[in-house]
Amino acid sequence: MAMPDRELAGAIAATRFGLGARPGEIGEATRDPRGWLKAQVRAEGADLFPTSGETAARRIADLREFQQSRQMAKREIAGDPQTAAEARDPVKLAQKMLRQDTAGDFLARTQLAATTPAGFRERWALFWSNHFTVAANKLQTATVVGPFETEAIRPHVFGRFQDLLIAAETHPAMLLYLDQVQSVGPDSPLAQRAAGIGRRGVGARLQPVAQRTLGLNENLAREIMELHTVGVRGGYTQADVTEFARAMTGLSIGGFRGPEAEIGAPVFRLAAHEPGERSVMGVRYRAGGREQVGAILTDLAAKPQTARFVCGKIARHFVADEPPPALVARLEKAWMGSGGDLAKVAEALIAAPEAWNPNPAKFKTPYEFLVSSYRAAAASPQGIQQVAPILTALGQKPFAPGSPKGWPEDAGAWAAPDAVVKRMQFAQGFAALFVQGRDPKRLAAEALGARLSPATAAAVARAESRPEGFALLLMSPEFQRR
Amino acid sequence: MTQITPSRRNVLGAAAAFGVSLQFLAAQAFAASEGALEKKKFVFVICRGGMDGLTVAPPLGDPDYAGLRGPIALGDEALKLDGTFALHPSLAAAWRLARAGEARIAPAVATPDRARSHFEAQDVLETGAAAVYAESSGWLNRTVETLARARKVSALSVGPTAPLVLRGKAPYASWSPGHLVDGSARLPALLQDLYKDDPLLGPALARGLATEAMAAQAMASVGHAGEAAAMMPSAAPGAGARSLQQQGQAAARQLGETLAGFMKAPGGPQIAAISLDGFDTHANEGAAQGQLGARLAYLDAVLDGLHQGLGPDWKDTVVIAATEFGRTARVNGTGGTDHGTASTALLLGGALKTGGIVGDWPTLKPSTLFENRDLAPTLDMRGLFKGVLAEHLGVDRAALDQTIFPDSAATRPVTGLV
Repeated sequence: MAMPDRELAGAIAATRFGLGARPGEIGEATRDPRGWLKAQVRAEGADLFPTSGETAARRIADLREFQQSRQMAKREIAGDPQTAAEARDPVKLAQKMLRQDTAGDFLARTQLAATTPAGFRERWALFWSNHFTVAANKLQTATVVGPFETEAIRPHVFGRFQDLLIAAETHPAMLLYLDQVQSVGPDSPLAQRAAGIGRRGVGARLQPVAQRTLGLNENLAREIMELHTVGVRGGYTQADVTEFARAMTGLSIGGFRGPEAEIGAPVFRLAAHEPGERSVMGVRYRAGGREQVGAILTDLAAKPQTARFVCGKIARHFVADEPPPALVARLEKAWMGSGGDLAKVAEALIAAPEAWNPNPAKFKTPYEFLVSSYRAAAASPQGIQQVAPILTALGQKPFAPGSPKGWPEDAGAWAAPDAVVKRMQFAQGFAALFVQGRDPKRLAAEALGARLSPATAAAVARAESRPEGFALLLMSPEFQRR
Repeated sequence: MTQITPSRRNVLGAAAAFGVSLQFLAAQAFAASEGALEKKKFVFVICRGGMDGLTVAPPLGDPDYAGLRGPIALGDEALKLDGTFALHPSLAAAWRLARAGEARIAPAVATPDRARSHFEAQDVLETGAAAVYAESSGWLNRTVETLARARKVSALSVGPTAPLVLRGKAPYASWSPGHLVDGSARLPALLQDLYKDDPLLGPALARGLATEAMAAQAMASVGHAGEAAAMMPSAAPGAGARSLQQQGQAAARQLGETLAGFMKAPGGPQIAAISLDGFDTHANEGAAQGQLGARLAYLDAVLDGLHQGLGPDWKDTVVIAATEFGRTARVNGTGGTDHGTASTALLLGGALKTGGIVGDWPTLKPSTLFENRDLAPTLDMRGLFKGVLAEHLGVDRAALDQTIFPDSAATRPVTGLV
């Protein structure tokens, strides 16, 4: 496949590899489309959007403290309606604060996406954040999705996959999201102790501990294999999942019984770790603590099945729901040849002729549509209310994909009749707000460059009002795709 | 953003503004005047995440149940169905229907997939194929395609994204709560023109606009015109407080009622799919109360809303609620259950025949557990679907065996359901 001419390549660089063009961006990219993209790859990783400054650990500790004091308050005020009413205000305030953390992070991330001059770098980071999904759909993880991204994902997206994998899987947010924090080896000292107490039936004070079930939870182990590394066809069995889950026991986060500095931070509890050697996908791992799980993760990262699975996902995200096999092969080669160096994989994607097909095959997700609309308008959202309701209505609620698989990639998931109508309604309102005093014909040329079709250009030019013209651009077949 | 407050008049005006909508409505009106089969309604509810069948319909009479389940075993608080089975206390509306002979359980069904992966199993559940990646369209879509050769039929997806089971060549409408289209705007007409050669956006917009017009009628008929934005299932961060849960149930009931309003409107869809998530209970699953209990209360409210909303049309209706796989027979180390194999499917509807459980009960004896961990399947989910499609919607056997559930001749339809 030959490269399209430079004008078209510039438009593709900004809209398909990037997040949509801000005015002037296609002009810049057109000078050297591939060079413009390559310059966005950098060893220190993706940009960090500003969070409120607390780490994930701090947020988890705050949440637990809040829950604990709430429990205590509940007990104290039971039966006294007046005290109860007085206690409600601080509780509401604290809940509001927690909600603001999540909303603030999401808004900051959307503002970064709407304004960054390095759209490709940001899209690359968003891809990895979706690959290692942590969703804000439990109270425990609601406030830590933002810090998870800035702490575990963004610094590593142009480094080695192995480092990204270990950072993501051992981060407190992931450990909470996929239930790892409670998983205990059935033959670990901790489980043995609990069972012993249960049998002896000592004092009533210890009963709650004895009755707590202590044992394995294989959720994270399975999803690492199925979703993050080798993929569901990667050649593992149920026995491998269980063995891996045993090896992972001990990975947890600090609680109130431990040192204060460790509350909410990742810890390795040797007492909860299942002792003994493990066998995962035909490899034996010596008995040990944290090194054992580290060794398994390192081996999973290096497997060719992992390269194939993840490169397939990259190609699907950037190029087409059914990507050309030749493209996947190129990415795999770059991956295996560099030991999983993600900067090399990004460069292989930029170099691949298949990635520059003149026909846009990807239908934008709601987040991509929203971000590219702001970029086309050279604007940025000013409040969470400008972004959260529309994304929720279109099925992409902020930070809350419905499953650990993350947001779907395919057009079929996003182009349902109802969703297209809702996009149109959004475009109408958005255009009315942002088009003031500007020429929609010019906005169309800036947003799509050589990708602007004669039909859309004519429709925009014929529009009876500026908002109508801008809405037509946003809803045009070529703006809806990339 | 502009807030649009639609009136019934301007919504119908919007429908009238586009030729396609008029054709759509006319076609639907024509459909409503046909024979008995055209009245039959079928709703498929997908419970995503691996719904724990042993908690949905606990086999209290099975001697191994309480031991395997430990802290999450249900006892006397469960709602008894017979000497062995009960329903979870959150499923009170479903239980009342069961007592009236209008609901049954299939306690040990599974798809042909055994990989215990949510995503593969959901694909197999929804494509109706014998294995993953064998089909790219959904079995309900192929059902619509098959039926459409003989009669007018239409399908509706409820929710912001269409489930795979309804995706495919046959057109379907989709709807989720929100604001309605402003009938006076030019934009829809201009876009239909701009989309005339677009195979994805053109048909999607046309169907979306037609459905908006129907939504106004459906919502007017149940008295909820307008305010519905909070209706879709969502697990809001921090949800779990009792009042939020009650709000969720009220919204769920309203969602069921609105779907019913669509289906009983003249020319409304005969086939609908809706998907609920949140059934992946690895930790703190709970027994009578708890995480799963709350999700089941939500499911029950949707079903109740549908039943109440359909009124006299309930007698022509069958609803199946099913999941991609069940969960481990034993409680795990964190008060939950991991991915398993067989689970319970719920069948509901006034069109059902009275009867006991559907399929055999394999028991929970250690020697019969699948791979010494999961409830063993005794019934292929496709047999259940085929039985309902054949007896309720009149789909012929050849289409069921070859097109709708490819290469499934060996899996016989369950008979005597309807």
